[in-house]
Amino acid sequence: MQNLAMAAQWWLPQDAALHGPALDHQLLLNLWIALALLVLAHVLLFAGLLLRGKKLREIPLVWKIVPLVVLTVLFTWLTVKSEGLWADARIAGADPSAMQVEVTGVQFAWYFRYPGTDAAFGETRAALVDAGGGNPLGIDPADAHGADDVVSSELVLPAGREVDLRLRSLDVMHGFFVPEMRLKQNAVPGSVLHVHFTPAKPGTYAILCSQLCGLGHYRMQATMRVLPQSEFDAWLAEKARAHETR
Amino acid sequence: MPTLTPPPPVYTPEKKEQKPRTPQGPGSGGKPPYRKRTGGGGDGESWDGKGGRGPGERLRRTRPALIFFLIGDAMFFFSLVVVFLVEKGAYHVDHGIVVNTWHAIPIPSILWLNTAVLLLSSVTMELARRSIFHEQHVMDEWLGLGKPAARQALPWLLATAVLGILFLAGQWTAWMQLGMRRGYEAAYQNASLSHASFNLFTGFHAAHLAVGILGLSACLGVLLFARRVETRQVWLDTTAWYWHCMGLFWIGLFALPVGKPAPPRPRRPEAFISLMIHSGPFSAAMRAAL
Amino acid sequence: MRLAEALASWSWWRRNVFTTDYRVVGRLYLLLALKAVAIGTILSMFMRIHLAWPNARLPFWGVMKPEEYLALLTMHGTMMIFFVLTVAPQMGFACLIAPAQIGAKRLSFPRIHAAGFWIIAASFVVLLLAAFVPGGAPISGWTSYPPLSAIAAAGPGQAMGMDLWLVSIALFCVGAVLGGVSLLTTIICERCEGMTWGRLPLTVWSWLTGALLTVLAFSVLFDAAVLLLCDRHAGTSFFVPASGVINGMLVNARGHDGSPLLWLHLFWFFGHPVVYIAVLPGMGLASMLLAGFSRRRVPGYRTMIATTLAIGLLGILLWGHHMFVAGLNPFASSIFAVTTMAIALPSAIKVMSWLVTVWRAPAAMKPRPVPMLWMLGFVSFFIAGGLTGPILAQPILDSYLHNTFFVVAHFHLIMAMAGVFSLFGATYYWFPLMTGRMMNERLGRWHFWLTIVAAYSTFLPMHLTGLAGEPRQYAQLTGIPGPAGALLARLQPMQIHVTVSAFVLIAAQVLFLVNLWRSTWSGEVAPENPWEATTLEWAPAGEDLRVVRGPCEYGEEGLSYPQWEQLVQQPLDGPE
Repeated sequence: MQNLAMAAQWWLPQDAALHGPALDHQLLLNLWIALALLVLAHVLLFAGLLLRGKKLREIPLVWKIVPLVVLTVLFTWLTVKSEGLWADARIAGADPSAMQVEVTGVQFAWYFRYPGTDAAFGETRAALVDAGGGNPLGIDPADAHGADDVVSSELVLPAGREVDLRLRSLDVMHGFFVPEMRLKQNAVPGSVLHVHFTPAKPGTYAILCSQLCGLGHYRMQATMRVLPQSEFDAWLAEKARAHETR
Repeated sequence: MPTLTPPPPVYTPEKKEQKPRTPQGPGSGGKPPYRKRTGGGGDGESWDGKGGRGPGERLRRTRPALIFFLIGDAMFFFSLVVVFLVEKGAYHVDHGIVVNTWHAIPIPSILWLNTAVLLLSSVTMELARRSIFHEQHVMDEWLGLGKPAARQALPWLLATAVLGILFLAGQWTAWMQLGMRRGYEAAYQNASLSHASFNLFTGFHAAHLAVGILGLSACLGVLLFARRVETRQVWLDTTAWYWHCMGLFWIGLFALPVGKPAPPRPRRPEAFISLMIHSGPFSAAMRAAL
Repeated sequence: MRLAEALASWSWWRRNVFTTDYRVVGRLYLLLALKAVAIGTILSMFMRIHLAWPNARLPFWGVMKPEEYLALLTMHGTMMIFFVLTVAPQMGFACLIAPAQIGAKRLSFPRIHAAGFWIIAASFVVLLLAAFVPGGAPISGWTSYPPLSAIAAAGPGQAMGMDLWLVSIALFCVGAVLGGVSLLTTIICERCEGMTWGRLPLTVWSWLTGALLTVLAFSVLFDAAVLLLCDRHAGTSFFVPASGVINGMLVNARGHDGSPLLWLHLFWFFGHPVVYIAVLPGMGLASMLLAGFSRRRVPGYRTMIATTLAIGLLGILLWGHHMFVAGLNPFASSIFAVTTMAIALPSAIKVMSWLVTVWRAPAAMKPRPVPMLWMLGFVSFFIAGGLTGPILAQPILDSYLHNTFFVVAHFHLIMAMAGVFSLFGATYYWFPLMTGRMMNERLGRWHFWLTIVAAYSTFLPMHLTGLAGEPRQYAQLTGIPGPAGALLARLQPMQIHVTVSAFVLIAAQVLFLVNLWRSTWSGEVAPENPWEATTLEWAPAGEDLRVVRGPCEYGEEGLSYPQWEQLVQQPLDGPE
């Protein structure tokens, strides 16, 4: 069974998040069940068509009730299992000690903002957005909290620590999708949406846009780098230094 | 072999019976139906051997159609209401403060009068509708004793039309009071979502009512010129139920908190007199006199 | 009459185009759907070519730009879902067949019904115009989410093209509601003697449910389209949030809070029932045809009626499953997940009924007629596409699979392939009624087998690329830097395979067109009831009929008992 599961995973990208294996397990379970039902149904179809009966017999009711009951129980069980995973992922909020990172989608790039040493994000205003002038998010200079915010075009995270992403968009709807983290959430302009997860494996991963946002939709990508905690601290410190000296 | 079914006949709208304009024979409203084959019940038994379902067939056909159309219409208005409710509560956070930009516009108080007018018009419409079905009158018509049903219904129908036009005039006044001018600028008067919702609700409702008034005019023509009792019944019944529904939709829309009640206008009768006193010729004459 | 002479004579136009005869209007709907499917297929062909070979230089076009790909995608989706999968099953065949199947002598409102068609034809023309205006066709997909669809500066084609798209959709809604109201009234009021609700064929039940869904769903879409047009031109901001920056310009500087999610709710409240409108007629037809060709009763007739109505009702309650990761409250997502899973049950009952119907039927028609093959194909695709439904219904799984090619595979299998297979089945089945001739058997079989193999070959691999993470609506997968590029480029060989398969699939349809054309003019002349069917559309014409039993009643050795019985003519008493 384990081998079959691994074989089926050939198409799924690697699991780099903490919740990934459980999600994959549920997905593969569903896929195998679907495949089994598909094969069974087609076998029945072909058998019924090719095997000629002698007399027309009424199919007894039990052959209609039992499969229905089995399917009901099966779908109910799958739903309950999946709702448990969903509750853990979305209904339960992020841990209070989760690291906060803001993700902003614009046509056609992703920006990532770290709150800096004051652990607070500065206010942004759309009127101040000026990508060419070095302020792509429109951080308000009047707000003290924004002074130490670090803006990056790659998302760097420490391994093993839960992170709470604040998803925003400046213009149209975008979709923040990290296949290897099994993570997807739309960034809706006018709202701040939260999604939390824990990156487990260090590495470099793809961030894709999953909601049609215009002609550059297929080119709206970014990179997520997961580093061991010490390397992450070094990276963040370096970025903060570079920000200060600007 | 030609097609299984005979070549599709061209559907020509019911040709009125080739009768001369002046009624001949008994019954100016058409002869009463009497071709029923008696003997035996049965589901859907044919009334006249041709699959007809007897008197009331057309009515029984038109009512479900109107019901389904009104269901669709109700869904349309319902989704407008849902949009309004969502927008009313929408907010964004600015500098840590929740900001809701809903500025309720003052609702002109003439709308209360309009509502009363519309409800009254529903009453008159229902009176018109019932008089067309009054059995005694239908029988009289079949027996050639004139068109009492039409004569009874006509004044109520006219009253409904007048009240409907009054309602539309009142709506127009309300729009003028809210500062809307005709034409191009009107579209850009949507300075707030409250205003926009108000315009959408009242605008679409008024458009529906205008269609209703057109229907009333058609009913007028039908009452005067249609030869069959059935035709008049169908037209009047359809328009009446449509009209009632528009009244119901209006009540539903009016009950929503789209705006706030307008503050009462200050009542200063002396203002008029002072205006007269200080206006040019009069004041000159007064000053001269004094 | 020769074609040229016919076209020149007004009476030909009066009889075959500008008429209220329901048979002709039904044919007109189907011809419109045929044009739409041809255009939609050609658009998809260009899409596939670009995905497989993004840098190819196409004749008369050059290298396709990404916005052109997105425009193709938008028009393909709109054309297929509206003008093929709603028009053909729910309007074309319903108009053509439903009145005959209930024994109606006429539609309730022939003029309203015809008006519905002309409004939809106008909608079609307006949609096509969108491709020819400055800026071109819109690029926001058939779902046209705002603010991308609300702001003209958000992309090429989002100006006049988007306006025309919205006008076309609004017109379509009006036409659809008119047709739906007319169909509902006809089914309720014009049934002939003896046609009780319990004896109504399942196809008519499906059309009834579809018409109810049409009236409910399209009204809401009309509202959404009107509001979006207001946002674009009347200064409102129902769907555009308080502040944003597009192309360096501040949008909605007035600061009113619109909600893009509101559009999603309104649109998907329509968008989910529409797929049931597309597939319910096929399900009804499958029950009737599988029973008819197997020469046995439909197992559990009342259950089938109940499941049809249940699917219609549940279909209105589960629109949120398109929005699990769009910003919907996770609790609401859970509720929608439950209702979506719930609809798997009546669907499963229907599938089991079909399997039971064909199980070892001794008197089944052999060799299996071509319409039967198509309906078996429908069942196969319905199962294949339907089984990935419960997977996508679970929010935690959808949070990985949403907007990937897994979803594309799902809806193409269950809506495009199953829906189109039911349309093919209906065409082959009712062709004798429309033209008095049979379609060619051999061409039909070749068409079927080529299509089903090519279709599975085209759409099954999309599940795998979706599992690998390939998002949909991507203009190309190659030439992208970084780990994203590596992930996507890995899937290019599979996409090339899909494109080649798609070519075969499209080529197989030429057989259908050839068959259609040749059979119309010189096909084998059909007997009166070539399929020995029991439903009323096959009854002898021009006679007074009464219904005495339900459909699909068969006796020993497959003896068929038709629904109808001739009324004995009694002489009329009385004058006149």
